[in-house]
Amino acid sequence: MMNPIENLNKLFDSRIRLGIMSALMVNESVNFNDLKELLAITDGNLASHLKALEENGIIKVQKGFIGRKTNTTYAVSKLGEKAFKQHIEALEKMIKGTK
Amino acid sequence: MSEDKQSLHDLQHIKKMMEQSSRFISLSGLSGIAAGVCALAGAWFANQKIHCWVKGDCKIDTLIDMGGIALLNELFWIATLTFVGAFISAFFFTYLRSKKNNTPMWGSATIRLFWNTVIPIAVGAVFIVRMMQLGEYELVAPACLVFYGLALVNASKYTLGEIRYLGYGQLSLGLMNCWFTGYGLYFWAMGFGILHIVYGLVMWYKYERV
Repeated sequence: MMNPIENLNKLFDSRIRLGIMSALMVNESVNFNDLKELLAITDGNLASHLKALEENGIIKVQKGFIGRKTNTTYAVSKLGEKAFKQHIEALEKMIKGTK
Repeated sequence: MSEDKQSLHDLQHIKKMMEQSSRFISLSGLSGIAAGVCALAGAWFANQKIHCWVKGDCKIDTLIDMGGIALLNELFWIATLTFVGAFISAFFFTYLRSKKNNTPMWGSATIRLFWNTVIPIAVGAVFIVRMMQLGEYELVAPACLVFYGLALVNASKYTLGEIRYLGYGQLSLGLMNCWFTGYGLYFWAMGFGILHIVYGLVMWYKYERV
């Protein structure tokens, strides 16, 4: 049998990234501040995780303005959606496999 | 073994984050109970007023002179006060719960819930006002129940899903009421009063009991 751990994506190997992906999967797009509030983390911490996901093509970034304030929104990419679904399936398999 | 547990925790975390980011989950059962109590009080006052007018204890001459406008006016104020009371008390308990759970009250989930509830209700309000202008008073109570029921079913996608069943209840009562015109106030009290209280108790028992 294939080892399910191989299917676990290293990119999602953190609570914060799991949280980001969860929020983006069920919303069309989420802005930076809403993510920050949801995850209760600092700007810098969130930004570094978002950057890593963006660089791997997992999420799409859109920069915009509301008045003079920048409003950056994030959405999951096709690739990201596929990768996250696989990750969840792998997690499920690991639970089922040990029962 | 520990990896197994880790996976389960991860999945639970994912589920929680998905719900928190897309649904307004602070809606308190106590809000339902409070709104129901306000509705019952309002229905009771309205009933007293109507009986008082019908029996003629409340200056029947004025009623005839003004063609029922005075009664309508008073009923309108009772309805408005009931709505304001229900809204404020419902807001209060939900505010307390969001404070307690430490979940923000004004996220994009709240805004989405707000619009998806307000649209059916606002359309219903315009519709009912026009119906009253045309003198179709018999269908006012059923229309209130039906539009409110539709609003709740619509809202259930953006808050605790169980509110859908409260919506189905209001819809059934509203439709039944279409064939039992003249008992509008009883159906109204049943839907806005009793159903709210039952729903509130169930939700409180399920999620908030300590």
